[in-house]
Amino acid sequence: MTSTDTHPTADAITWRPRSRRVTWLVVVLVVLVALAAASIAVGSRDVAWSDIVAALGGTTDNLGQAAVTKRVPRTVLAVLVGAALGMAGAVMQGVTRNPLADPGVLGINMGASLAVVVGLAWFGLSSASATVWAAIAGAAVAAVFVYAVGSLGRGGATPLKLALAGAATSAALTSLITAVVLPRNDIAENVLSFEIGGVGGATWSGIGTVVPFLAVGLVLSLLSARGLNSLALGDELATGLGERVAMVRGVAALGSVLLCGAATSVAGPIAFVGLVVPHLCRLLVGVDHRWLLPFTALTGACLLTAADVLGRILVRPSELDVGILTALIGAPFFIAVVRRQKLREL
Amino acid sequence: MSADLERPRLVEVPAAAVTQVTRDRKRRAVRRRVVIAVLSVLVLAMIAVSLMVGQTFYPPGDVLRVLLGQDVPGAAFTVGRLRIPRTVLAVVVGLSFGLAGVTFQTMLRNPLASPDVIGISSGAGAAAAFAIVVVGWSGTRVSAFAIVVCLAVALAIYLLAFKGGVLGTRLILIGIGVEAMLRSATAYVLSVAADWDLQEAMRWLTGSLNGASWTATLPALVALVVLAPILLGQTRNLSTLQLGDDTAAALGVRLERTRLIAILAAVGLIAFATSGAGPIAFVAFLAGPIAARLVGPNGSLLVPAALVGALLVLVGDFCGQYAFGNRMPVGVVTGVLGAPSLIYLIIRTNRAGGSL
Repeated sequence: MTSTDTHPTADAITWRPRSRRVTWLVVVLVVLVALAAASIAVGSRDVAWSDIVAALGGTTDNLGQAAVTKRVPRTVLAVLVGAALGMAGAVMQGVTRNPLADPGVLGINMGASLAVVVGLAWFGLSSASATVWAAIAGAAVAAVFVYAVGSLGRGGATPLKLALAGAATSAALTSLITAVVLPRNDIAENVLSFEIGGVGGATWSGIGTVVPFLAVGLVLSLLSARGLNSLALGDELATGLGERVAMVRGVAALGSVLLCGAATSVAGPIAFVGLVVPHLCRLLVGVDHRWLLPFTALTGACLLTAADVLGRILVRPSELDVGILTALIGAPFFIAVVRRQKLREL
Repeated sequence: MSADLERPRLVEVPAAAVTQVTRDRKRRAVRRRVVIAVLSVLVLAMIAVSLMVGQTFYPPGDVLRVLLGQDVPGAAFTVGRLRIPRTVLAVVVGLSFGLAGVTFQTMLRNPLASPDVIGISSGAGAAAAFAIVVVGWSGTRVSAFAIVVCLAVALAIYLLAFKGGVLGTRLILIGIGVEAMLRSATAYVLSVAADWDLQEAMRWLTGSLNGASWTATLPALVALVVLAPILLGQTRNLSTLQLGDDTAAALGVRLERTRLIAILAAVGLIAFATSGAGPIAFVAFLAGPIAARLVGPNGSLLVPAALVGALLVLVGDFCGQYAFGNRMPVGVVTGVLGAPSLIYLIIRTNRAGGSL
């Protein structure tokens, strides 16, 4: 399941035939399109097909059409955020060589959230791009901090130490976020959206602000794909193969921090997407990061869109934030990964 | 100890060394007693402060007369109806969380294995939120339901962590996963409920004493009175368990029986306290390590940790009400206190190069 497993049929798992990967690529793309369509068609309000088509054409004559017009940016945001988180998780698992790495589990999304919340409450942060910058800075600080704490002591950053440091940091930051937001009635309206992520508040302008950041993060992550393949062999071997290990780590980490920081600045902290998606994708396309990274983006988009649609169906006429559903789906998965690990690795 | 006398002496121990050991033991026993006494005085002082001080100050005389059941204009309502239930709930909940937390930490030999880190408190929180907010139950039915769910969660964590023996670290990681799930389950329950407000959400997510009443306090109080003596009866067995299962068994501890009693009592305390005030963040986690620092390496931590827990909740609630411009739920205050301690604990363990 993980790249570190030594399996009798490791070769067969690692290098999938190209045709099979292409098949999966088509399947995932079809699923994504279907989910996006469902996300536009399904919601807390039933809208007739004719109205949906009319709304997509740009008319907002009745309530149904207006609802659909709001669902379109929401769907786009879910796809973008899911893709960003899925890929960020894959890159983090590659950089730390840790099957438990995830922007949520490691507390990085919470770092981004805290930075945004502090900016809003104390420094009068108002412009959308400043929010994104604050989130990215918070994510970067949290990432460095968790990695530093997790790699203290003997054995460096073992999966267990890193996961514990991340979980502790995440819990700590959650408390701080609540303490910062609660006294401020003017921003307390959003308290839950900073503690539990969701894509309900999507707007075109918000999406426009984060897209450049996401694009840069995406490019940096994809550029480091080949380097991550070498890193999987271990630092010594990677260096021996001529890889500049520190450089690869730096670029990949920057890419993943940009991705999850920007995603958190628009959607709040959403955990476990980055954990689940890479593990699933490795089963489908193997461990080659050049294939894995684009796949995790697509699958992440599928997962988040599906969770968002589900959240709108489950508690009609109300809505369930997507962050709640991803935790409900993702936490059992986390437990399964913990259980699969060999004793020595944990 | 008497065990020493029964064993045949193979090596002659110098008399000076024996007196040195005896003196050290005595000194540590004195320190333990002093710490417990000081903590008790502090808890009593904090109770007095919480009863007297508030938006309006009532002198000790007024408070005493209200306590004796006399009708004092103004104070009868403010102190009798608002402050007394709140203070009693704070003390009961603090004692319960401290006691249950240190029981888990002692039994699993790891400070991170406290019920609020591994999801047992959030299990009770989710259950209580569901029972109260969605089903509309109240009183003992809520607590009973919370206990059942709590036990189920504890059992589930134990079984999930069991794989040819339970490894403490794996149990903690799995507990963290369970905690994340139950927290979002609580959020789910709250959002399904028709009319829930931020106040209610804060209570079930971080713990709060706002809206404390006798109906919420009494079940927790009864549970404490019944369960605390049972747990304290296991003091010696729990301390011996810390030496490791094999050693404890060799020293005559009935492992399974001790564990079962301790888990049932601790889970009961957590469930009743949580259905009264919500899972107050990090009190169960903090009480044990603080008590250990104060008492030093001797004797059981159960009583000091319970007192520290009560003190934390009392001080946290008082600060939350009056120290900041805005009324903060106690869970937010203890959360901010507990968060850095959690990180500090992990840094220290990692530095020491422990097996963690």
